[in-house]
Amino acid sequence: MSDKNENIKKAREEWEQGLLQKTLSRFPERENIHEQRIYTPLDVDSSPEYYTEKIGFPGQYPMTRGGQPTMYRGRLWTMRSYSGFATAKESNERFKYLLSQGVTGLSVAFDLPTQIGYDSDDPHSEGDVGKVGVAIDSLEDMEELFEGIPLNKVSTSMTINAPAAVMLAMYQAVAEKQGVRPDELQGTVQNDVLKEYLARGTYIFPPRPSMRLTADLFAYCKDNIPKWNTISVGGYHIREAGSTMTQELAFSFANAIEYIRSAIEAGLNIDDFAGRISWIFTADINVLEEVAKFRAARRLWAKILKERFGARKPSSWMLRVHTHTSGSILTAQQPLNNVVRVALQAFGAVLGGTNSMATCAFDEALSIPTEESATLAVRTQQIIAYESGASEIIDPLAGSYYIEAMTDKIEREAEAMIGEIEAMGGAVSAIENGWMQNEILSSAYKYQMEIEKGERTIVGVNKFTSDVMSDVTLTMMDPTVRETQSAKISALKKRRDNAAVEKALEALKKAAEGTDPLYPRILDAVRAYATEGEICNTLRDVFGEYVAVKLI
Amino acid sequence: METPGLPDILIERARAGSRRAAARLITLAENDPAQRLEIARMIYPHTGGAYVIGITGPPGSGKSTLTDKLAKLLRKRNKTVGIVAVDPSSPFSGGAILGDRIRMNDLALDKGVYIRSMGTRGHLGGLSVSVGIAAKIFDACGCGVILVETAGVGQSEVEIAGTADTTVVVTVPGLGDDIQMIKAGILEIGDILVVNKADRPGARQTASTLLAMRQLGEPPDREWIPPVLLTSADKDEGVDKLLDCIGAHRVLRQISRSQRNERTDRLREEVLALLKEKIADRVLERHGLPGELELVLGDMYDRRINPYEWVAQKAASCTR
Amino acid sequence: MAIRVLVAKPGLDGHDRGAKVVASALRDAGFEVIYTGLRQTPEQIAAAAISEDVNVVALSLLSGAHMSLFPRVVRCLQENEGGDILVVGGGVIPEADIPLLKEQGVAEIFTPGTPTGVTVDFIKRAMAQRGVS
Repeated sequence: MSDKNENIKKAREEWEQGLLQKTLSRFPERENIHEQRIYTPLDVDSSPEYYTEKIGFPGQYPMTRGGQPTMYRGRLWTMRSYSGFATAKESNERFKYLLSQGVTGLSVAFDLPTQIGYDSDDPHSEGDVGKVGVAIDSLEDMEELFEGIPLNKVSTSMTINAPAAVMLAMYQAVAEKQGVRPDELQGTVQNDVLKEYLARGTYIFPPRPSMRLTADLFAYCKDNIPKWNTISVGGYHIREAGSTMTQELAFSFANAIEYIRSAIEAGLNIDDFAGRISWIFTADINVLEEVAKFRAARRLWAKILKERFGARKPSSWMLRVHTHTSGSILTAQQPLNNVVRVALQAFGAVLGGTNSMATCAFDEALSIPTEESATLAVRTQQIIAYESGASEIIDPLAGSYYIEAMTDKIEREAEAMIGEIEAMGGAVSAIENGWMQNEILSSAYKYQMEIEKGERTIVGVNKFTSDVMSDVTLTMMDPTVRETQSAKISALKKRRDNAAVEKALEALKKAAEGTDPLYPRILDAVRAYATEGEICNTLRDVFGEYVAVKLI
Repeated sequence: METPGLPDILIERARAGSRRAAARLITLAENDPAQRLEIARMIYPHTGGAYVIGITGPPGSGKSTLTDKLAKLLRKRNKTVGIVAVDPSSPFSGGAILGDRIRMNDLALDKGVYIRSMGTRGHLGGLSVSVGIAAKIFDACGCGVILVETAGVGQSEVEIAGTADTTVVVTVPGLGDDIQMIKAGILEIGDILVVNKADRPGARQTASTLLAMRQLGEPPDREWIPPVLLTSADKDEGVDKLLDCIGAHRVLRQISRSQRNERTDRLREEVLALLKEKIADRVLERHGLPGELELVLGDMYDRRINPYEWVAQKAASCTR
Repeated sequence: MAIRVLVAKPGLDGHDRGAKVVASALRDAGFEVIYTGLRQTPEQIAAAAISEDVNVVALSLLSGAHMSLFPRVVRCLQENEGGDILVVGGGVIPEADIPLLKEQGVAEIFTPGTPTGVTVDFIKRAMAQRGVS
């Protein structure tokens, strides 16, 4: 140990045995708090190469301090607001409103039937049409959704997974009609099916054919929609399902490793697509931990891409993160408290260096956001950006003994967990066995029991409660969307060239049964105004449907 | 709110097609030994037609999926199917999460399928008794085949295997469980051994291991040598062969002495157990022994009375 | 004799954390919990509830489709001799909708943040009143 550290060690011992002891003997520390009370240089690697090799500079391997050299000094993170509900027309109005309020990217929420490849008039869709997002049944709806919004001027993030190719094809077709070329399009499709099996439930096909669809979309975009982020791997949903922070990283990374393997097997070169992989993580409310998490994630990902997959382009090593503040920790009780929670979460994500962010509205636990609450969510980001100073210094918390020690710890633990999953045969195996699902449930259950036993405080829920019911105006759901959409579909089916639709679906079926690319056939079907349900049912016939693993 | 129906009314309604009545009967029979005997007595004339297939194996072997596919295949062959799915109960709370149905969602609305989930605990008389009466009730409702799916851990499997006509033991490649199962003696109860998820690497090796192990354990005069089959239940592959194999086993048992012997043994055990239960309870009550015991329990605890002598005395005086 | 509860997720909502956590808590309270997974139709839920002779059906929904799906489950139960089975629900359900749901036969709604212990106690009390323990 160096002389400097020797001195510190001695000084710490003195303090612990002297002043600290005296205080502890008078009153103990609070219960259920972080174990280590204070961090010193002793908790951080003191070797001379530590800074250059592990911390480094933004935009350079290992990316710990950020993905871009100037970070927010050059360009603020993309501010998004996740929205969509009811019909395409209403959602279009909300998009235009948000754009006018300073949002720099659109984030589309689709309803559950659309996410699961069912048309609004399908019996499965009963009760769910237009509820958690917008109902998109055909190209006609997509045209309405983006009416008056120039697709070469916005970046659009679409939260769509199993039928991602269908939605992207529709978006591309809308752009065509606007005279916008595919290579001008910017945005993301979530397209991360593995986490659907784990945490979100909007899967359609079984894992292996789903991997084919994923790689298929990568391949098409590489040549035709090169600015498009073809996947947004989710740690967010895994965390929201109740996982720990380490699991959020380890499980999502393990999933991403499977996608990469799949793409490489399909013949792609790592540097051809790795730069288009993006991520979505949670920002939980433990601000400092979250900062360490983002830094650890960037460093670990860069290491995996460089050392394991041999990626050579820095853009391949870069972890591009969209953060969505955690919705599951927001409470129905005393909803205004959530304004504070979201602010803290967003602050942590900014200090952590996120590239893009969507903040929850405070009424999240009650209903979908009103115009007012959605606006406040955007203002939260704007205040942090323009008033708090956090966006003016790059990676400001670096060098904090706690932050660096925590960053190292998270990286180590996540790496070990990924190793465990790989030893099982990789994420697909771990999912088929139900291992990941059970780990998540254990963590979720533990968390809930901590709350119920009082070991974990949630203000307004198990402490500082009040009987006063908050008077919050909520968005009322429109129950007539299913009818409206069903009528629309009927009319569409009468108007369109049904022979062309059938031909296109036939071609898609053949491609699915063989090994030909699927996206181009999906695009043809979309242009012919085949409905999403028709396209997905064609694929269901070939690929089958996923059946959930038993709860152990 | 419904009043709990008398067994004979429930039986009539169950046989007429009321699912509610059938389910209520099982609950009654599970929880009340007196009712169970009544129910067993009353449905007896309507039972005897069902063939019971036990399906057991370690967690993760895909038993529920296999059960689901077998049931669907049987439905295609026009059989009415009963399924009893057993999952382990928590040793601490006695509660259980019974999750086998998650793989059987397609069957939920099939009028030709009866399903009941059970935990391993809390069965007066033992788990196999409860499984047995549920199977009989399904039998009385017209089920031609009953699939009993169990968790493959612990004693209960061996117990339940005793109630099945054909026992299928399921394993998967690569879990290392073939060794575990041999240790637990599970393999010995298997009439058919299945390696499921056979599309995974190591399937053939697992099958070979099972064949080798089976060779070692075999008594020389066994009429039926348990075959080892490969299936991929989630792809619906190999399930028809499994069903055919079960059919072959059934035929063999019909013409063999061992089936008659086995069933006679089982019947003897069951009847003796019931007799002991009913008679012992009655004798004890008539002689006021439970009450008497309460009075002397303190003395026994303080070692002033020898409990074994007390029992010997009471037994002698009761049976004079 | 255990209290038997069916935990079900009607409709297409895939967020099962709440359902699974409640199922675990019910198990730890000594209940037998039948969990049927995602994407259950009201007909499937009722069929499972009746086939398993459950005392309670607990519905979990976060997608806003509760006003159409919960009453349908109650109706399906009633149509199949299951009208005496207690139906409760939880998830993202606004306070304003609760009286309407209760009118339609849902016994209680447990909104976000409700401790699992409250749900357990509610069920135990309801069952004690019916002579089930």
